[in-house]
Amino acid sequence: MNERALRILAPAGVLALGVLLWDLIVRINGIPPYILPSPGLVLSTLVSDWPILWSSLLATLETTIEGLALAVIGGVGLAVLFNQSRLIEHSLYPYAVILQVTPVVAVAPLLLIYLPQQAAVLACAWIVAFFPVLANTTLGLNSVDHNLADLFRLYGASRWQVLRELKLPAALPQMLAGVKIAGGLSLIGAVVAEIAAGSAGAGSGLAYRIAESGYRLNIPRMFAALLLLSLAGIAIFALLSWLTHLALRRWHESAIVRES
Amino acid sequence: MAPTSGSPIVSLRGVGKIFGTGTLALDGLDLDLRECEFLSLLGPSGCGKSTALRIVAGLSEPSRGTVAWRDGADARRHIGFVFQEPTLMPWATVSGNVFLPLKLAGADKAAATPRIMETLSRVGLADFAEAYPRELSGGMRMRVSIARALVTAPRILLMDEPFAALDEITRFKLNDDLVALWRELRMTVVFVTHSVFESVYLSQRIVVMTSRPGRVSSELAVDAPRRDAQFRTSAEYAGYCRIASEALGRAMSAGAGVAA
Repeated sequence: MNERALRILAPAGVLALGVLLWDLIVRINGIPPYILPSPGLVLSTLVSDWPILWSSLLATLETTIEGLALAVIGGVGLAVLFNQSRLIEHSLYPYAVILQVTPVVAVAPLLLIYLPQQAAVLACAWIVAFFPVLANTTLGLNSVDHNLADLFRLYGASRWQVLRELKLPAALPQMLAGVKIAGGLSLIGAVVAEIAAGSAGAGSGLAYRIAESGYRLNIPRMFAALLLLSLAGIAIFALLSWLTHLALRRWHESAIVRES
Repeated sequence: MAPTSGSPIVSLRGVGKIFGTGTLALDGLDLDLRECEFLSLLGPSGCGKSTALRIVAGLSEPSRGTVAWRDGADARRHIGFVFQEPTLMPWATVSGNVFLPLKLAGADKAAATPRIMETLSRVGLADFAEAYPRELSGGMRMRVSIARALVTAPRILLMDEPFAALDEITRFKLNDDLVALWRELRMTVVFVTHSVFESVYLSQRIVVMTSRPGRVSSELAVDAPRRDAQFRTSAEYAGYCRIASEALGRAMSAGAGVAA
């Protein structure tokens, strides 16, 4: 069996085995669906509740993508600012760290008090997503080849030229790695805020559906929503990986397939 | 015929360099770079040859002493620099890399293309304009680096052990090509090396340096019009190599004496 087939077939086999085991356990023990629904029931709930779940998925995805976009703009923007001015870096970096290390679960209820719900959810997504972009881009901007930097100096490059022609392209691989992490984190931030908002009785995203279904003991729908959330996370990761590959495939070592 | 060397275009007088760590890299260095000459700085590792080169290029400021340019400090803009590593931008194609000095000076890519292609064919890489650095061998990368230094038609080409990391066959070929380029383009070349054989093969004048602190130990003129395979195997070449080796040996024991 070749490597490629193995990479698809092996996890697919594990999945099939897991689903089969799950189904068997439910059947043999006669577990009622409000405790553990069978995989078939989860799938049929996914189909029957599709209109509700689909609009919730769109709401969550919208928040996630907006949060990610703001994280990229904020993270890259701050990293460039930090790179240009030591004063700004020293003044603001500790607060970026504080924002990152404070658990967003604990911050979300507060944000929901002070901000409109949609803005609060977005703010949560942004808070957890922007730091990896900032940290990775900063690392990239600071790891420019010294000789190349000398070369730019030799040819009298302006600050702007150094940034645009040297630092930003050199930082691109790290920046994209940060964005890839931020994609998943933005989804987590959105979900956390939605759950917090859901306990206040308002919301429309997938996480809110999960919370709501929990209260109503509609466990099959909980599973269906959870499945959709996972798929959304996987899709975001795959999309960002693909974009990274497109951007780096011509030149970066990480994107090169080596023949042995 | 070799171009005849003229008056000094750069004069270093009493140049000293102390690094922040307290290392005295250069002390009392007197050196003239003459018009159209091929000069080698020969010395053991850590003798400050590279530091001297960086001071000429303006990449490093001397701690004491003067660097005087015959035609004013503006002449410093007509410098090409080749580092020990090819130091290419991995995200740019070969032509993009060669275009860099012109781009930083505000040139338009379309207008500069003929000049880029001409320079690339000079170093034998006309067919690789659209290749990325990672697709090239070490020797070809170094050729791109040389083309980038030549594209501005510099009056002084500074080379910091450019071929040290290459295999012998590639190095011999690049040595021949460099001599041909020097004859054709009539520029001053300053070549830093720790190889006696390379310095004798290439240069009209060899300046042997002592280490710790770096200063001129002796000077040797290599008065041979032909530089080809025949010269490489001649008794004349062997003779010059012996003289240069002895000079280097004296410089090293003098340096060791100071260190002890």
